[in-house]
Amino acid sequence: MMKPIVFAAFMLCAFPAFAEDTLFIDMGGKAGIDRVVDEVEKIYLDDLRIKESFAESNLERLNVKLKEEFCVVAGGPCTYTGHTMEETHKGLHLKNFDFNALVEDLQLAMDKVGIPFAVQNRFLARLAPMQHQVVTQ
Amino acid sequence: MRFLGRLLAGLSFLAPAAAAAPWDMLDGGKLLATGGVSQVEGAGGGGIANWALITGYGTRDGVGINAHYTGVFLPDYTLHTAGVAVGLFDRLELSYAWQAFNTQQVGAALGLGQGYTFHQNIFGAKLKLVGDAVYDQDSWLPQISVGLQHKENDRGAVITAVGGKASVGTDYYIAASKLFLAQSLLVNASVRATKANQLGILGFGGDKHNDYSAQVETSAAYLFSKRFAVGAEFRTKPSNLSIAKEQDVWDVFAAYFFSKNLSATLAYADMGNIVIRNHQRGVYLSLQAGL
Repeated sequence: MMKPIVFAAFMLCAFPAFAEDTLFIDMGGKAGIDRVVDEVEKIYLDDLRIKESFAESNLERLNVKLKEEFCVVAGGPCTYTGHTMEETHKGLHLKNFDFNALVEDLQLAMDKVGIPFAVQNRFLARLAPMQHQVVTQ
Repeated sequence: MRFLGRLLAGLSFLAPAAAAAPWDMLDGGKLLATGGVSQVEGAGGGGIANWALITGYGTRDGVGINAHYTGVFLPDYTLHTAGVAVGLFDRLELSYAWQAFNTQQVGAALGLGQGYTFHQNIFGAKLKLVGDAVYDQDSWLPQISVGLQHKENDRGAVITAVGGKASVGTDYYIAASKLFLAQSLLVNASVRATKANQLGILGFGGDKHNDYSAQVETSAAYLFSKRFAVGAEFRTKPSNLSIAKEQDVWDVFAAYFFSKNLSATLAYADMGNIVIRNHQRGVYLSLQAGL
């Protein structure tokens, strides 16, 4: 039989995990997140403000890694196998202007996939602190 | 002196950037709505409450400028405000607003004449000190700014007659803003040191009380979409004049951002008692256009 204190510790660990999972589900699971990434990549490459930043990118690899990363950020059952945010954005000299353009395009992609605004914001809230690693200028 | 030091530290951002073409500085790079709207005294904020956000859509590498008109239509008075503001490098905000407060019938009742109007020039400056209301979602630290609003009223004789002590005054404030993005909620709180009677429309200081007092402004806005926010505000005010008890004010508002170039705010505001008239509740309408 489980000792009460162990049970309590288990519950404390378990509840935040459940909370993480609802965002993943609310975004439409792996399929929803994959669609967001497919859409946003198209929008990025069309966006005159930031398309140059992708000139050196291996787009197929980017697509795979971004899907992994977004899945992990949303609390989904994935593993991110890519480089750190510092490494992937090193040398791109991105400014807040560029970071915000990435965010705006992501919002458009999530709109297109039909993810509700409040759910989008829960996801963006987890991405926002990456500004500290992505923006180097 | 400390404030001056920080102001100069903020201004040092101007030097390197000034080398770029001036037009390119209007980068419009901030996210929609994160420049706020224009509050009633011309600063970046909500309607009646101050925010810590720097006005406009210039990022920390750019500049944003805007102009606004605000009308407050109360049962016995109207207030028209027009102003311009600039946000420099998401660090320093400078604003100017001109206010006209029309006393309509009350002016006649008080022997000043029908439609007697007080005018006020308001010069504002706001400096962001720490934090970023949008990006710092991993921290509880809000964006914190300090600022001042210097106000010059043109009706010194009437102000003296009603017990006011000065026609010129300066408010000082510290403001904190935090976007709780996961909750789609923007929360603001500020403390203002002021002597102003009815925002300065009835001058500064009074026969009852002539010292600075600390007053509070709070607001919260829920974001329904990128373009649409609904919220409420509350602001306390001093009561310095013995001729009329001044009351705290509140409003509920809806703001719509058509684009980064145009926003409209509509509110229902309760401005409380103003001189000899109680229950001054009415419509607050504000338009802001900018680059």
